[in-house]
Amino acid sequence: MTTLAESRNWEKFFWPIAVAAVLLVLWHYSVVWTATKIFPSPLDVERGLIGLFHKNVLWNDIADSLRRVALGFGAAAILGIPIGLVLGWYPAIDQVVNPTMQLLRPISPIAWIPVAIIFFGVGDKAAVFLIFLAAFFPIVVACVDGVSNVPSVFRRAGRNFGLTAAQLLARVVFPAALPQIIIGLRIALGISWLVVVAAEMIAVDSGLGYLVIDSRNSGKHYDLVVAAMLIIGVIGLLLDSGFRRLEKIKSVRWGFRDAS
Amino acid sequence: MESTVAITATPTVETKLRAEHISMSFTRDGESMPVLEDINLEVGNGEFLCLLGPSGCGKSTLLSIIAGFLSPTSGEVKIDGEIVRGPDPRRIFVFQERGVFPWLTVEGNIGFGLFKLTRAERDRRIAHYIKMVGLEGFGKSYPSELSGGMKQRLEVARALAVNPDMLFLDEPFGALDSITRLIMRGELLRIWEAERKTIIFVTHDIDEAVQLADRVAVMSARPGRIQEIVNIDIPHPRDINSARYLELRTGIFNQIGLAHHL
Ligand SMILES: Nc1ncnc2c1ncn2[C@@H]1O[C@H](COP(=O)(O)OP(=O)(O)OP(=O)(O)O)[C@@H](O)[C@H]1O
Ligand SMILES: [Mg+2]
Repeated sequence: MTTLAESRNWEKFFWPIAVAAVLLVLWHYSVVWTATKIFPSPLDVERGLIGLFHKNVLWNDIADSLRRVALGFGAAAILGIPIGLVLGWYPAIDQVVNPTMQLLRPISPIAWIPVAIIFFGVGDKAAVFLIFLAAFFPIVVACVDGVSNVPSVFRRAGRNFGLTAAQLLARVVFPAALPQIIIGLRIALGISWLVVVAAEMIAVDSGLGYLVIDSRNSGKHYDLVVAAMLIIGVIGLLLDSGFRRLEKIKSVRWGFRDAS
Repeated sequence: MESTVAITATPTVETKLRAEHISMSFTRDGESMPVLEDINLEVGNGEFLCLLGPSGCGKSTLLSIIAGFLSPTSGEVKIDGEIVRGPDPRRIFVFQERGVFPWLTVEGNIGFGLFKLTRAERDRRIAHYIKMVGLEGFGKSYPSELSGGMKQRLEVARALAVNPDMLFLDEPFGALDSITRLIMRGELLRIWEAERKTIIFVTHDIDEAVQLADRVAVMSARPGRIQEIVNIDIPHPRDINSARYLELRTGIFNQIGLAHHL
């Protein structure tokens, strides 16, 4: 049994690495065979990456992007969670607000860039505002759904023990909805990371998005473009897996599919 | 026909609950559907009453009305002479194990209703009821780590911890396997004898009713009425092979209109 488990463990790493390696080889030979002068090969990108890591600019760009996401996403969570809980709790208010929200929600945050620049000028605030917009709606919607999906037995049990409405919200409805809220926050964080890159290409002059667009504009450094893209991917992955650890907390684990 | 039904409790005990002319209808597809019709019922203090009837006859609806979660279309429920207007911590409703809070540990669940007590008193009660329902060693476990029967005992413990005078149980053992179910009945009787709560217990299992109850209120199919109230005059612990047990059981079978042969 141990050997079986071991071989599985070993395969768990082997196959994903094999897939990545095959893709790298394909990429390399596509560049060689097409003899392109513009698109970088994996080796070019590796050199670009090493070059970037030796410059302070990269670390500043990473810090800027992360800070903007933290501010925009944080504000969206701080405002969105209570608003979503209230809307889920009072369906009458939700019915009034919902149509407007449903109209605003499908508008890509990218479409707000000009508006953000009018409001805040080119700079940090515009980017943070865009991330806030991008994260706010998914968080609110997750909270509304989470609250309205709380089984009525839980509410009844809470009322039975003599809880006031506020206590019921804090001690029953919120913890019961928490797994769904966490899923909503995770989705919102993913979107925030997508949006910060787009916003930085237009609205500011620092950050990883700016690094991508600047590497192209200042002399067509496509090795740096692709290197920056890879860094964006890796950080996004780290953010997501960091957030996933929240799902392992015991008081919310019951709400996730792999719960025991 | 209903006039022959004995609705009064045993005269020696004081009345705890009185349901008067309860009727209930739900509207479905714009049509009003009667579910309960003129239910009259009296339950004595400390009594164990079983509500027995076929599926869909309105047992859960009646129990929800008694507990104050639903208002009847007409009629009223009085407990200790007061009209019931909503749920109350003095009377706890126990749902089929689904009512335990999965985000709280066993201790957290049992202590849920004890928020008005001091910490020391709360801990004392939690320890007491963990022991009473046999969950020692599981205080820090979450419900997802418990079996169905343990979750059911947890819910009973959470209810008892607030020291209610009444317990309403809606088919509490319905989801358990037959062995666990038998054990749980014994446990419930033991707790009832120790704490003397007034219990209203909904079931559609005739044996369960005859094993547990002081009296069994037999309900007819929808719209639900109380068809008959059967006194179970067998002392505990009950011998389920005794002639009297079988006689009462047969009587209820006949009352519900079931043949003895499948
Ligand atoms: N909220 C509701 N809205 C509409 N109809 C309802 C509602 N609750 C119950 N009913 C109907 O009332 C009838 C009685 O339901 P109830 O749940 O009280 O039956 P029951 O005797 O507890 O059945 P079971 O033994 O299957 O649990 C059913 O026909 C059901 O469809
Ligand atoms: Mg029922």
